[in-house]
Amino acid sequence: MDLNYTPAEQAFRAEVRQWLAAHVPSEPLADFDSTREGFEAHREWERTLHRGGWGMVTWPIEYGGRGLDLIRWLIFEEEYYRAGAPLRVNQNGIFLLGPTLIEYGTPEQKARFLPAMASGDEIWAQAWSEPGAGSDLAGVRATAVRDGDDYVLSGHKIWSSRAVHADWAFGLFREPGSERHKGLSLVFFPLDAPGVTVRPIARLDGKPVFAELFLDAVRVPVSNRLGEEGQGWSVCMSTAGFERGLMLRSPARFQVAAAKLVALYRGRADGVEPEVRARVLQAWMDADAYALSIYATASRLMAGGAIGPETSTNKIFWSELDLDLHRTALAILGAEAELTGAAPDAAADIGDWLDGYVFSLAGPIYAGANEIQRNIIAERMLGMPR
Amino acid sequence: MDFRLTDEQQMLAEMVGQMLAENCSGADLRRLLESGESRDAARWEQIVGLGLPGTMAPETAGGSGLGAVEMALIATACGYAALPEPLVEHAGVAIPLLVAAGADLGEALSGATIAVGHPINPFVVDADSATALLLADADALHLLPRDAVSLTRQASIDPFRRLFRVHWRPSAETRIGAGLWDKALDHGVLFAAAQLLGLAQRAVDLSVAYASERQQFGKPIGSFQAIKHHLATAQVKVEFARPVLLAAAASASPVRISHAKIAATAAAEAATHAAVQVHGAMGYSWEVDVHFLLKRSLALGQAWGTPGFHRARVAEHVLSAPLGADRTFGLGAIEEIRSEAA
Ligand SMILES: Cc1cc2nc3c(=O)[nH]c(=O)nc-3n(C[C@H](O)[C@H](O)[C@H](O)COP(=O)(O)OP(=O)(O)OC[C@H]3O[C@@H](n4cnc5c(N)ncnc54)[C@H](O)[C@@H]3O)c2cc1C
Repeated sequence: MDLNYTPAEQAFRAEVRQWLAAHVPSEPLADFDSTREGFEAHREWERTLHRGGWGMVTWPIEYGGRGLDLIRWLIFEEEYYRAGAPLRVNQNGIFLLGPTLIEYGTPEQKARFLPAMASGDEIWAQAWSEPGAGSDLAGVRATAVRDGDDYVLSGHKIWSSRAVHADWAFGLFREPGSERHKGLSLVFFPLDAPGVTVRPIARLDGKPVFAELFLDAVRVPVSNRLGEEGQGWSVCMSTAGFERGLMLRSPARFQVAAAKLVALYRGRADGVEPEVRARVLQAWMDADAYALSIYATASRLMAGGAIGPETSTNKIFWSELDLDLHRTALAILGAEAELTGAAPDAAADIGDWLDGYVFSLAGPIYAGANEIQRNIIAERMLGMPR
Repeated sequence: MDFRLTDEQQMLAEMVGQMLAENCSGADLRRLLESGESRDAARWEQIVGLGLPGTMAPETAGGSGLGAVEMALIATACGYAALPEPLVEHAGVAIPLLVAAGADLGEALSGATIAVGHPINPFVVDADSATALLLADADALHLLPRDAVSLTRQASIDPFRRLFRVHWRPSAETRIGAGLWDKALDHGVLFAAAQLLGLAQRAVDLSVAYASERQQFGKPIGSFQAIKHHLATAQVKVEFARPVLLAAAASASPVRISHAKIAATAAAEAATHAAVQVHGAMGYSWEVDVHFLLKRSLALGQAWGTPGFHRARVAEHVLSAPLGADRTFGLGAIEEIRSEAA
């Protein structure tokens, strides 16, 4: 165990810091879910990152990455959040599908999809959930019917984040007549293909963050399938591993939020009930514990280990941490907590805490609801009976 | 940066865990209680035979010369087994104190134990079976033979914790050093946290085993989601206390050590409460081992500083030091980065 950064890692941090200081937009970008302009501004930022070689630091160089290890990825993320850089509009692509493509994709698929993903030219949505298949994802009914060199996709997907403006989606489709985990394939389709209808769905704050997708005989080449035909479930579980386990929520996000929470508390400590102070400290400690745990996992994976049940423990921990961070902030703000950013008397950061709280409510639901993660921990990690 | 245990560390943890699994079962604990002895002579002989008291003693003094990470792994195994003998405080606190004071280790590596009266603890554990005691007079460190002090036994909820109020008088002859209590506190806290982590995992493991056997409504109770979720929730707490403990041991940062104690105490509390609940009335009985863990957790959670004490230590750092995502490790070097990037 060596908990010191190597000189090379330190130099890398300095390089990232320097680049971000020169390139992060001085004004925050409009959010990418509310308007097309906000979305396109974020696409532009992805392009800027890519030009600098920072699109996806862990990917192989030939696909637009930097070929770096996971410790450097963590350092990059720490600097990224520290610099207040924009959220990644292409996170479904770069953090979820990308690593799966690198693992399961053919050389042609990697060459075709990864560079455009890293550059922000193609922004991805995840189309797994269906009205009848949420927690029970193996219940998907959308079909992929083989027709020569094409698949014909039909069905109804829902809750697809960012699909309103995104370019491509990846989804799970079944061979007609197949059951449960069998006969599923993971297939990509362009969201502007003939037969695709995208209907925005407003989140509880009114923003059109996700969408329903109606697929009516959408034709895509068979080469858009990732992994073997009928093996979509295991490919998709690998993506879910990245989502819950590592990539989707890097620790820096919560460490920066925890530091802001402490600053909020320091500024208003006088009027705050003593029990809130303990919650502030707990949130800070939990963010620290999350970072340590991810460093430990990253070290293990770099030494050839495989990602295991920690995907489920991580998912529970970061989603509950995010909730605690924001609930505690609202407790500090007291009566002002209900003010949105638009209120004339709202101090600069108040609206952000409220927005963050609203978003944190979704954490225990998406990426596999926490109840499901607890089942997985009990059955696969602790070996309890089904 | 490599946040993994070495093969040697892993082997050490497994070896101690194995030895205790063979010698420190619930039946062994009950037998010891009935005997009225303070330690199981055969088990202690084995512990001494493996050289565990000398874990942190320098090789030149006949010890293993290992560090806090190794000692934390041993303490975790001791917590898992609810070991009654005073190995953790003897090897993890008393011996490093003697070494720091430049005192002779005497027979401390060959079976004799030394009890520690750290000012943060109101009572001294296992003082009656010790050959000598390390005691505090303000900042000074005194070493007294057992028969130079008088003891008043205090009953603990944990039947294996032999607590004493110590009556003694400092003198120039007994004084062996000063300014060493802060470091001893960090050791005491760290290894208490390690024991709490171990006993938390044991409480989950015992409960999983029971829930897989015990049938109600025609199936194992472990197949019911309410039971699963109790234990999954406790396991998440264990998982996120472990890296904090290891980082605390590796870095010797007092803030992390306090954090480790808070996290391990919370994990032990969640796990032992879940264990009582999952075992039903059996969990409330003397018959199963759950109560040994519950009681040890109750004692260690308040010993070596209450959660409030440790929160205050964390608060001092969090509410005054600069914070940020780049400060997880190696705070000093970050300053260089800053000036370089500026
Ligand atoms: C903000 C947000 C973004 C999302 N983005 C995407 C996306 O981009 N792509 C995508 O495909 N999906 C997305 N989703 C959908 C998400 O994956 C699902 O909401 C999630 O899998 C839960 O499914 P459900 O909503 O159908 O709830 P249900 O499955 O109906 O569950 C409802 C409740 O019942 C509980 N429950 C269900 N089954 C069990 C069980 N066996 N045991 C115990 N409790 C159970 C759940 O835990 C939950 O509390 C998103 C959701 C949100 C909120």
